This record gives sequence, C-alpha cells and structure tokens, in this order.
Amino acid sequence: MTWFRRWAGDPPLVGIALALSLFGIAMIYSAGVLNVPSPVVERAWQRQFMWLGVALVGFTIVSRIPGRWIEWGSLPVYLVGLVALAAALAVGTGAGPAESVGRWISLGPIRFQPSEVAKLAAILGLARYLSSREEGPSSLRELVLPSLVVGVPLGLVVLQPDLGTALAFVGVLFAVLYWAGTPPLHLLLLASPGFALILSFDTRVWSAYFIVLLVAVYLLRFRLYLVESAAVVLANLAAGTVALPVWNSLADYQKNRLLVFLDPGMDPRGAGWNLIQSKVAIGSGGLFGKGFTEGTQKRLDFLPEQHTDFIFSVVGEELGFVGATLVLVVFGLLLLRLVQLAERTADPFAGLVLFGIFGVWLVHIFINVGMTVGIVPITGIPLPFLSYGGTFLVTCWALTGLAVRMAREE
Amino acid sequence: MKIAHPHSRRTRAAGAVVVLGILLLILVGSFFRAQVVRGTAWALQSDSNRLRVLPVPAPRGTLFDRYGRIIADNVPSYSVSLFPAAVDSVAVSLERLQPVLGLSEERVESLMETFRRNRRQPLLVKMNLSTEELARLEELRSEFAGVFLEMRPRRRYIGGEALGHVMGYLGEVSGAELESPRFAGYEQGMIVGKDGLERQYEGRLQGRAGVRFAEVDAVGRIVGSFQGQAARPARPGDDLHLNLDLELQRYIHEIFPAGMRGAVVALNVEDGGVLALYSAPSFDPGEFVGGIDRAKWQALNEDPALPLYNRAVIGRYPPASTWKLASAAIALEQGVITPGEFMPEPCHGSYRFQGVTRRCWNPQGHGHLNLAGAIAASCNVYFYQMGIRVGLERMVEEGSRIGFNQPCGVDLPQETAGDFPDGLDWWQRVYRYRPAENEVMSIVIGQGPNAQTPLKMAQFFLALGRGGSAPAPRLFQETGEGAPEVEVAWELDLAPESVDALQEGLRQVMSAGTAFRSQVEHWEVIGKTGTAQHSGNPDRPHAWFAGLAGSWGGEMEIAIVVIVEEGMSGSSMAAPIAAKAADFHLRQKHGVPLSEIQTVAEHQAAGIPTPWAWNRMAAEPRPGPDDPEPSQSGEPGAEPGAEPAAEPGTGVPPRR
Repeated sequence: MTWFRRWAGDPPLVGIALALSLFGIAMIYSAGVLNVPSPVVERAWQRQFMWLGVALVGFTIVSRIPGRWIEWGSLPVYLVGLVALAAALAVGTGAGPAESVGRWISLGPIRFQPSEVAKLAAILGLARYLSSREEGPSSLRELVLPSLVVGVPLGLVVLQPDLGTALAFVGVLFAVLYWAGTPPLHLLLLASPGFALILSFDTRVWSAYFIVLLVAVYLLRFRLYLVESAAVVLANLAAGTVALPVWNSLADYQKNRLLVFLDPGMDPRGAGWNLIQSKVAIGSGGLFGKGFTEGTQKRLDFLPEQHTDFIFSVVGEELGFVGATLVLVVFGLLLLRLVQLAERTADPFAGLVLFGIFGVWLVHIFINVGMTVGIVPITGIPLPFLSYGGTFLVTCWALTGLAVRMAREE
Repeated sequence: MKIAHPHSRRTRAAGAVVVLGILLLILVGSFFRAQVVRGTAWALQSDSNRLRVLPVPAPRGTLFDRYGRIIADNVPSYSVSLFPAAVDSVAVSLERLQPVLGLSEERVESLMETFRRNRRQPLLVKMNLSTEELARLEELRSEFAGVFLEMRPRRRYIGGEALGHVMGYLGEVSGAELESPRFAGYEQGMIVGKDGLERQYEGRLQGRAGVRFAEVDAVGRIVGSFQGQAARPARPGDDLHLNLDLELQRYIHEIFPAGMRGAVVALNVEDGGVLALYSAPSFDPGEFVGGIDRAKWQALNEDPALPLYNRAVIGRYPPASTWKLASAAIALEQGVITPGEFMPEPCHGSYRFQGVTRRCWNPQGHGHLNLAGAIAASCNVYFYQMGIRVGLERMVEEGSRIGFNQPCGVDLPQETAGDFPDGLDWWQRVYRYRPAENEVMSIVIGQGPNAQTPLKMAQFFLALGRGGSAPAPRLFQETGEGAPEVEVAWELDLAPESVDALQEGLRQVMSAGTAFRSQVEHWEVIGKTGTAQHSGNPDRPHAWFAGLAGSWGGEMEIAIVVIVEEGMSGSSMAAPIAAKAADFHLRQKHGVPLSEIQTVAEHQAAGIPTPWAWNRMAAEPRPGPDDPEPSQSGEPGAEPGAEPAAEPGTGVPPRR
C-alpha cells in the first residue's frame, strides 16, 4: 500500500474521497434501475466511472504542482475564472434539466461549467490576498476587499442565475475569513444583511430583528468604527427594503423553489413535486431502507433528477436512516480531515486554501442533503463525489488534489 | 499572520469542528425525523403514490336451462379506462383517445358528464375493444398517461333474440337506481340488469367486484401489479338454473310467424316451471352489452311493434273463447252444472234473457250439448245458460278469486294483472252504472270487461292440467337442499270427473273440432282456440290458443298458450304454433327424434297420410264443424259495457 500512500499524499483524505466516489457510482447505477428505463440515466454510471478516471488523473497532476506555483498562479487563475464566468454569461449554453440557464461553455469537444473553475479561483484568490497580509482582518473595514474578491465571481454566478453555486461562494468567503482569524462577531455582522434579506419577507419579524441589530451595534460601539456601524445598519436597512425588488428580479423557478420550501403543499404537481417526492422517498426508506436498487419511488420515476441533485434521496430510500447517517458521517470525516490538515500546516496560504475547500464542500453537502429532506430550499446544487456530473467530479478531485498539495506545505 | 500560531490554529479548528458537527447533526436529525419518527406515514404515502386501486369486475352468474344448457355466460373482453385525474387532463386524454377508438362527440361528452359526477372512480371509456383497437392502444400506450386496459368478463347470450324478453338486458346503473335501496352498495359505472331475469335476480347474478392494486409510475402508466398487499378477488355471481327449455324457446322463436306480434308461454305442468316465455317481436340482449348505441336504442324504443315490450307478461288481450274453460270451471266448482248434464235450451243460434237476445256464432245452432260438447263446439248458447245459473256476482267473484285480476307472481320484474271485475261495484267504479244480470252472458264467453295476459291464461290452463290448482309460474329453479315446495297460488275445488270433462272438451276441439289439423302424431294435444276482436283493428282479430299436451293416456305435461296479434284465426294461426312447440318439447323430453313435419296440416301438405288422426276422430262421439269461430257473435254495443274489449284489452300495449 506504499504506492497508494505515495500517490495519494494524504491517504485518509484521498481514501475517503475515493470511497465516496465509488459509492456515488453505485448509487448512480441504482438511480438508473427504473421500471421504465431511461437510456440516459441507465448508462450514467458508466460515464461517471469514466469521469472518475479523468478526475483521478486531474488529482494526480494537481497534487504534484509545486506549492509555490499555486501561490504564484493564484491571481492568473482567479482572473481566468472571472473571464470564464463572464464568457458563460455571454455565450453559455444550457444543458439537461436547466436547459435555459447558461452554465456551460464549450471548448471544442469539452464542455465545462465555468462556475466550477470560478470556485477554485475564488478560493485561491481569497487565500492569496489574505495570506499576503501580516494580520488577519480585525475590523469590518478590512472585510470589504476580501468580500469583493469573492463577491465579483459570486455576482456573476447569480446573474447566470445559479443560486446554489452562489451559496458555495458565500461558504468560501466565510470559511476562509474565519480561518484568517476574523472575529466571529465580525463575521456575524458581515452576514447580517443576508439575514435581513431573508427576514424581510415578514415586516414584523424584520422590524424586530432590526431593533436587535441596532441594540447590538450600540453595545459594540467601542469595538466598531462609527463608519462600520453605520455601514452595517445601512446594509441591513437596504437588504430589508430592497428585498422586494430583489425578489422580483429572481427567475420564476427560483421564486417557486423558495415559496415551495415554505409550503411544499402549495403546488404538489408543479414546483412542490420534487420536494414532496423526495421527502416521500426518504421517509418511506425507514430505518434500514428498501435495499440497494429496490427503491420504489425511484424505480417508478417519482424522484426527479435522481442521479444528479437528488442522488441522496435514493440513498435515503434504499439504504434508510442507517445508510444516510453513515454517508453523512463519512462526509463529516472528509471535512474533519480538511480541518485537521489546516490545523497542522503552518503555511498561512495552505491553511486558507484548505478552509476554502472546507467551506465549498460544507455548503454543498448541507444544502444538497438538506434540500432532499426539506430543511433548505431546493437549489440546484450537486453533492460532492456522489452526484452525477463530469465537471463537478473533476473539480471535486482537483480540490482534493489541491488539499493534498497544500497539506504538504511547511 | 496571527493565524499561523499553532495555539490559535487549534482554537479555530475546534470552532470549525463544532460548526461542522452542528450542521451534520441537523441533517442527521432531519433524517431521523423523516425516516424513523414519521417513516410509517411517508411509507403509506409512498404506497398511495404508486398504487392505484382498480376494481376487478365480477363475472355475472351463468344461467342454465332445465337441461343444464348454458343460456347466458361470460367471455373475456378488453376495455379501456382512465384513471381519475383532473377534469382537464381527463378531457385531454379523451380527446386523444377519440380518433383511436372512434368515439363520437356525443360519446365523449357523455363520458365527461359521467366523470364529472364521480371524479374518484376510474372512467370506463370503451368496452369490448376490437383486436385492432387493442393493438393500436398498446402501441400508443406510453403516450397515454392514465390510460389502462383491462380484461373484463363480457356477457354472452346464447339464445339471442329468442330469449330477449326473458333475459332482459344490461346497462350501467343509473343515478336514480343508485339512490334506491335496492341498489345500496352499488357504485357508479357498475353494470346491472335492467329488465328480465337480469334485473329480477340482479342481487344474485351481480357477484362482488374485487380490487386489485396496480403499480404506476410518475406519469400514471401501469408498470406492474402490486404484490405487497393482498388484492381482494372478485366473487362471481351465483349461477342460476332455470326451468326454461332453451331449445324450445329457440324453436318457438323460429316458428313464430315472421313479422307478426304476439306471445307464447309454455309451463311445465308438474311444477309450474316456465318452459318457454316468448314475446314477438323480440330483441337481442347481446346488443346491450357494453352499452347500446343511441341509434339502436332509439330504434328499439320507437319501433311501433314495441320490441322491448314483453307481451307474454304485460300484454293484455281479451281472452275470448279460451275463457269459456274458466267459466265452466267456476260453474262446476259452484255445482250449478254437472259434466254430463245437457242444458235445457238446445242451441238454435241465439238465446234470449231479460229482454236481451244474444247469438251463437253458428246461426244454425248446435242443438243439445253437454259440457264437453259445448267446449268442443264453443257453443255460446250453452254457456249463456250456464252463466245465468252461476249468476253475475258469483261469476266475477270466483273469477277474481282464481286471480283473473291479479298477477301470476312470475319471477320477472314486470307483470301486469289481468283486467277483470272484482265484484258488482266494479261497474259502478269504472262505468258508473249498475250492471244488469244479463251482463253475465258477456262475461261467460270471455267478452266484456276482461283482458288477460298470455301468462295468466297459461296459469289457468296449467291448473286444468293439474286437477284444479296452479302455482305461480317460476323461471328460476331452486335446486338442492332448501328448495321450496311448489307453492300453490290458488285452487279450484274441482272433482276429478269435472276436470276430466273439461279436458274431454278440449280433446274434442282437437280431435274433431276447430283445431283438428293441429294434432300431432306422438302426443295428445288438447286445447281451446279463441279469436278475439279488439277495437284496434276490428277486421283483424287476435288469434288465441290455450291448451295442454302430454303422452297419450298419461298426465298432461305442458300447458301452452299462444297469442298472435291480428292473427285472424285461433285454429289456423295460433293452434299450430302451440302444437308444434308442445311436440318439440315432448319429443325432446322423451327422446323421440325431432321431425320437421309435425301437425296434421304439415303431413297433408307433405302428402303423408295421417291415419292416426282419423282414428282418433272416429273414436270421438261428436264430430264438430271445422271452424266455429269467431266467437265474437253478440250484437256489439247491444248493452252498455258489453262493448268487447273496448277499454282494457286492445292488445296494443301502452308505450313504456
């Protein structure tokens, strides 16, 4: 097994990632076992297997790039990521269930999602910026630039529009800022306009929240600059008041998904269908599930996008609570390993990159799994290593390779 | 950078692990809630999600005739239905099915109407699909969401038109029926008996529909039958064994003069079982299976010959001379005449009573006659005197007791009672005058206010064959343990010699009287012809024959009544049908080979001598004239109320 150790660099991390990838292929195979087979879904596991090969090659390459090159290359990669996102907005094409959404770019025979590249770019860009500073951000003012570093690609992704991926950027921002030593209080204040946006759907709730915020800012008057306090208050005020225009600017399917999250019964045959069917599938799995490939909801095609975004519904239906928990524990170990690696490395850039990866995956896992069981709104966001999708799998393994590379930095 | 410090890193890492732990716990908690706490509820929903309950129609009970031959059974057929869904989507599905199944616009509309009334039941679109329709639907199956094909038992009537009225017909249960207690527990779309035996024994024939579960996919296509939960199998309806003789019924249908209207009833003397019950014109109940189309239904309803109308049990006709047997039976029972007694007045062609002169049909007169002779000659003068002895009041009271104003109690959904006065006040109730005693001269010869169904006359002749008592005629043969005794509906208190005298009279009608040419070789057929004028068409009287038949020297075995509307002559029109039918039944029963040449008339036409018939005539004491009819010889309108068959028995049944 020495060859594995030598190839993997960090056997626990890579071992977990490999296990998850193979398990994912098994679940994709199961997702294709339908009573009325669909030729596309039926063969998906074979293509995913092929993609895993590509991804492992990618991992091998990335994990062997010298750390200095990565640090130096951060800025160019970041810029390439922005260009790719901008290009996607201009010439991007839709694919699959999101036909009308321009998320894909074709380069000759290769089609890829620039947003995946942009995630990597945002991680590197942010880590590069923060590691170049002597001290971690200790004031709100110092959070402005880092926020912009992530905010630009995030904004471009929102314009696609791809709400789920945009949330992954938010995950990157907060995870990296946190590791950079930003006081948690400041992170909360940074996030506060987001809360305001969410709470603004009920004026009374928002008003109460706003009063609490004002009191908090007053109590913190000695730790914040006046400008900062004013900015936080204004940002919250703005978020609360612009909520309606923002809401109106959302695509219909996005609105529906949010509304349905609030009340799945609202439109059980339309927008609520995915959520209800997923909940039924998971719920009917019970403690031990219906058995591998035996899920009836899945077999009868009740589950939507069962091999991509809703792969975890198949896990829940067929392997039950025990299986779902086990998979979540393995994801937990994956993330834990990233934290451990970050903790060990003394190199600030490496630690920040590892936490960026941690942030991306945590958001993906929590939102994807959460939406299948109905605790977060349905956003088209795949589950790392498990969901079907070439670009995404390659990105996941590239991030793994990056993590392994970073973990070796002294 | 501060973060590079190991201590600071440890703190930060711990914080990150806490956040990670919390988020994972939230997810695991949600799964625990969904899968373990609420798992059962979701599992149920998962089943209801993918399972559709489909009714499994029960095959209706099979009907057998008295010899165990199948009269009606079921054959497999395919039908196409739609799952209940939103009204719009059902409408779209129907629209797409329309060209494939060749549905008319009207049919689509009525289907939508049916669906709107009950949106939970699968909508049966078409039954009895042809193989081409089936093939086309199978091909397009994936395109039709919510469409399902299923095998259903389809009713098959072996007798076809011959048994139309007896069988009745099937149809979808109507809204009004669903509200009646008789159809408690029935559901929309169920096929029920609408008439005849199908309706009479609906409760026994229906059976109980089963239930099966079909597994469907997200667009409602059936992808398999579900094994997880035991489906309830359909319980087929009870099989019924009938008294009917299928071949006899078919034979009657065959020999009944084409294009004529009328009825034939044949009863089994032993137990009153209905051997045959035929009404012409008839209909084919098979045409109703799977829904009769509108044009056919309209044609059946608007046909002036009223093919849906069962003349045998609801048609009422003036009984004419066949009723003389009833008068004679009453007179014998009352003891006012004895069988051998000659009436004091010989027949000179007419009789005068209370200032009213009534004629005999034969102006030459019949001379002195005893009962048998009077029956054979159908002499009115004998019967006038007999009737006067009985008296009007006693005559109508006894006639009522025998049931001439009551239904027979046959096991069919519809039967009309005969029209007959139930007492002297009847005239006051109906015509608002007191009847004169001489009214009895009309009643006694089957005229006046008297109209009977063929079945009632058959029941009376059944009594003559059974020594005076008659049970209710039954189609359904209760068999095995617990079968009820033959219940006597009414009884005439007749001495055996009285019965013999009545039968002797009937015998002479055949051997030497009006129906001579309707004798058959192997069996003794006895009976009375009648020719009933009616107001519908006075020039074309109805032809009656009512009689009995059996082995020579033995008991009578079959009572048979034939009426041919506007058949002109009982002896030449009705009697041959009765004789041939009786011959057919008895040959079959006793194993005598069937022959196409049965009656004397047919032998003569074929040039075959009939010495047996001449021998019988030679043995009879009193040869009569060949055609003593018509009996309608009184002066029409001489007395009020004596207008023959003016009101009740025109023979033209009311429209339904």
